[in-house]
Order: sequence, then C-alpha cells, then structure tokens
Amino acid sequence: MISLAGRDILHAWGKFVFTGIGLGLLIGATFTMAGVYRGMVDDAKVMLDNSGADLWVVQQDTLGPYAEPSSIYDDTYRSILSISGVARAANVTYLTMQVRQGERDVRVLVTGVTADGPGTPGWPPYLVTGRQITRNHYEAVVDIATGFKLGDRLHIRRNQYTVVGLTRRMVSSSGDPMVFIPLKDAQEAQFLKDNDAIVRSRARTAQNPALNRPGEPGLLDAVITSQSTNPYVNAVLVQVVSGHTSEDVATSIRRWKRLKVYDRAQMENILVGKLIATSAKQIGMFMVILTIVSAAIVAFIIYTLTMGKIREIAVLKLIGTRNRTIASLIMQQAVALGLIGFVVGKIAATLWAPFFPKYVLLEPLDAIIGLVAVIVICILSSIIAIRAALKVDPAEAIGG
Amino acid sequence: MVDKGIRIEGLKKRYGSGDTAVDALKGIDMQVAPGEVVGLVGPSGSGKSTLLKCLGAVIEPTAGRMILGDEVIYDEGWMVNDLRALRRDKIGFIFQAPYLIPFLDVTDNVALLPMLAGQPNAKARKRAIELFKALDVEHRAKAMPSQLSGGEQQRVAIARGLVNRPPVILADEPTAPLDSERALAVIRILNDMARKFETAIIVVTHDEKIIPTFKRIYHIRDGVTYEEAGEGRSFD
Repeated sequence: MISLAGRDILHAWGKFVFTGIGLGLLIGATFTMAGVYRGMVDDAKVMLDNSGADLWVVQQDTLGPYAEPSSIYDDTYRSILSISGVARAANVTYLTMQVRQGERDVRVLVTGVTADGPGTPGWPPYLVTGRQITRNHYEAVVDIATGFKLGDRLHIRRNQYTVVGLTRRMVSSSGDPMVFIPLKDAQEAQFLKDNDAIVRSRARTAQNPALNRPGEPGLLDAVITSQSTNPYVNAVLVQVVSGHTSEDVATSIRRWKRLKVYDRAQMENILVGKLIATSAKQIGMFMVILTIVSAAIVAFIIYTLTMGKIREIAVLKLIGTRNRTIASLIMQQAVALGLIGFVVGKIAATLWAPFFPKYVLLEPLDAIIGLVAVIVICILSSIIAIRAALKVDPAEAIGG
Repeated sequence: MVDKGIRIEGLKKRYGSGDTAVDALKGIDMQVAPGEVVGLVGPSGSGKSTLLKCLGAVIEPTAGRMILGDEVIYDEGWMVNDLRALRRDKIGFIFQAPYLIPFLDVTDNVALLPMLAGQPNAKARKRAIELFKALDVEHRAKAMPSQLSGGEQQRVAIARGLVNRPPVILADEPTAPLDSERALAVIRILNDMARKFETAIIVVTHDEKIIPTFKRIYHIRDGVTYEEAGEGRSFD
C-alpha cells in the first residue's frame, strides 16, 4: 500500500516545509525556555562546584549565603578549623553589584576570597589566562563573560582593581559572572560609604554623649574605628578530610559553634528549590503557553489542510477506503509537520542559544522529551481534523 | 435473475417520518445486463441522485431488493456486512468531475483501489496500465492529474471505475464538463468497456447530446421510473 500522507506531503512540500519552519521556530522558542531553566540550574550547580566546599557554614536560621543574607564573624573559621574532620576552612563574602570599567559597567557577583593560595575554598579552581590573586589588595580575577581583559582596571566602590587572571564559567546562581577580589577588600566594599556619609556618621557619633564622654578621650576614636571596619563575612566554606562524612562534621559544627551548616545536597536544594523556584515556575508557564500555542497551530493547520481535501476524502470513502486509512493519512501528516518543526526548532535553538545573555543549556534528554512531546501533541492535535474527515459523507462525491 | 449486472425490485426510499416524510423513491424496478449501458434521465429533484446513492450503497433504501451480480445485497435491509468493501470491489463510480486524487499520479489514482483491496502494488499498477492501454492514456501513466486534459482525466476516472472489474458501474453525469465530441467519445469508451469487461453501466445524465446514444433509457420522475427504448444512435 502506498503512503497517501507521504504523497500528499511531496505534492505540497512547499506548504509543509514553510509551515514546519514556522512551527519549528515556535518549538525552538520552547526548547530555549527549557534551556534557560537548565542553564539556571547548571549555573547554581557550577557555583557550588567551583566553590570547592563540602560544607557552607552560615548565620543561624538563615538560608545564606546565596539565598539570604548571612553574617558571621570573620574569625569563626579558626574555631571551625579545630573541629575534627575539617581539612580547610576559609571565609568568603558575596556581593552582587555593578562593576565599572571606564564608561561601561557589568553586573557581577563580587566574591571576597582569603589569600591562602590555590585550592582554598572559594577560589576559582582554574584560570584560562593570567594568575591567581597574590596580593592582599586591589587585584582581581574575573570571569571571561564580564568582557574584561588582563590588565584592565575595574572600579569597585571607590577602589580600583587590576585584572590579573581570567577564568571561565564562574557564575552566580542568577548567571552573573563572578569577580574574585581579596577578602579584606570585599569586606570593606560591602560597607564602604562615600566620604560625605563618613563625615556625617562621625559627627553623629561625636554628638552622642554616651560615646563621647569628656572623661574618656579614647572612646570616641575606638567607636569610630569599629564603625568603619567590617569584621563579618557571609560564610565559611569548609572542606572535609577524606574518611570523614560531611554530615558528621556538620553535626559537630552545629552542636559546638551554634551555626547553620549546609552540605552540598542541601545547598543545591536551596538554590534550585528556593532561589530559582519562582523563575522556574515563570519559565514553566511560558513553556506551557508555547506548547498550547504550538498545539493550536498544528491543529489549525492540519484541520485546514484536511478541509481542503474534503472532496478527495469523500471520493476515498466512496470507493471503499477504510476510516483508519484516512485517519492515518491525517495523523501521519500531523506527525510529519511536527517532525519538520522539531528539526527546525532544535537547529534554531542550537544556533541562537549562544547569543542569549544568560547561559542556555540544551540537554539531549530535553530534546528527546521534546520530540516525544511534539509527536504526542501532533497526534492529539490531529484528532479534530480526523473527526471532521470521518464525518464526511461519501455521498458528497455524488452530485445532487 | 441476472447472472451478473444489477437488478432492482420495488426499491423505495423515504426521508424523514410522519407528516414531514418525503418519498424520494416510490418503488423502482430496474435491470441492467452485463455489457449493457443504460441511461437514467430525469429533471432535478426527480430522485436520480437518491437512486444512485442507494445503488452505490451510500444510503440505505427503505424497502425493496437489490441484486448485484449473483449476490442479493439488499432485501428489506443490507445483506452484506461491509458496505465499504462492497463499494470497493463490486461497484465502480464515475463522477461528474473526474475527482482524481491530486497528490497521486495517474497510475496510482487507478491502482489505489486494488491496493486498498489488498493487492500487491506492482500487480495493481500493472492492472492500471492495462486499462490505460485500452483507454488510450498509457502515455500519461506517470503524469499528475493536473497535467491532464479534461478528456484524459475522465478516461483515467473511467479506468478507476473499472479497475476492480466490478459487475456494475454508476456514472454520475460523466460528460457534463465535456464538449459534444469528447462527451460522445466518453460514451463510446463506456460502451466498449462495458462489452469488454462484461460490466453493467448506468449513466445518469441531463446531456441531450448523449441521450440518443443509449439503447435503453430509464426515465425517473417523482420517484418513479419508466423504461423506454433509446435510439441507440451511432457515435460517428
């Protein structure tokens, strides 16, 4: 038996191909939305991977340091180092801000890392060029996605930093590229005020009689000094000695240091399940809408194509063609349209993904799921046309 | 009872019921022998199309009897279970317009019927080509319907009607879109094919040009037929 659907498609291939391309662009947009979500999840995982930490120690009752603000004293890491099973512990700060270079600025996650050398938790694990930070001040390692180059000078708050190294795929959970600077600078940057604000703050402190007692001349200076320094960090990143479990070490820290500790799985759950959950739902809604629109387009196109063949269908039925043959003709055309759309959509999504400002991760599994979804949608969408075709009276082929 | 061909006895068709019922056919008697071509003529609304649909097993008569070949197909109810198979294997259709499937080439338009009946593609196509030779359209076997002239399309449609060697062919105004010369050519072909394949052919027509060519004519008016001898005029 010949393929009626195949012959019809070949006969009107231009109509099919152009319709398939239109549908494909819509499917490509759907794939891209899925890719954006996957990219967000991957960004979150990459940030956790690149931190080099097994445990994140943060302020009690917070989901810090990424999902909520967290402040702990910067000497906490010393006491954590004394706990059995802790290999390394390092302070870290995170601050999302606009970093300026000349006339342009880039939104980045400024990360303050301790200058203990490569391998320290929080450090970028690899560089594509340049070197790691070796000085305690005013050096920066930046993600290549910032667009900065070696030797560029960046403005963070009032200070200038020289780019000494470039790294790749170091991004925040929201996709912002990371800029690594020395911890002290980062702590300062978190609370650094402009000169006018500092003058006003000092004046307000001096006017407070409790802090400026005539009999205690050193008190005011001590208070002002404490106000202008930042002894806090956002988290302590901990590496666990092999042979110890993260859970055991985390339990000890929770018990003895009265701090919140998250392991890798918990932190991933916070980032994916909470931090990007709303964005994921938003993307999910877009995907549902795009899927419904795609299904409606397929249904409309197949219905229109079928209605254009009513007389032929009546003739086919009159000369004894079975309903399943006619249904198969329509369904095969719908599936063929979907396959054309899928191929076009996959190619389009692959081609335009690199131009998106945020990371778009097109997973092969998503493509397979998409292919199955497209075929199912096309089959379901063809039902309206099939019902219309099966209702055609073969008597319509006979005049009168 | 005829060995082949078609015979109709007291065929009735009523649409609706009660006060609004319309008797479209009021007891039709008709008989067409194998190899014979008869005309069925009548004004609009006389019941021609209803009769054709009943004969074509497209709508169910209300009463009567139909014998197709040597098989009773209707006797106060359908006597066959699969009307599609009946239409496919036992009844040939030729329409007012050729209604060829536009996305199939000429050969497959004709070969489709035997293929639907389960014949292998090669055998079905061979059968179609044989008919094309008889109908003098062999040279157009690979063409698409849109590439054919009106006369060629109608000959291909005739081949489609004949391809399963049905005992009866129902031709619904097959010459309506053709000029006199081509209309007569089509009727000549139908007569030749009827004789060659021992097929009974009923031609529904308004066409004054071809009515004189029938040897027998059934007139239908208000759901009743009466038979008269035609002129059986030569085609030349």
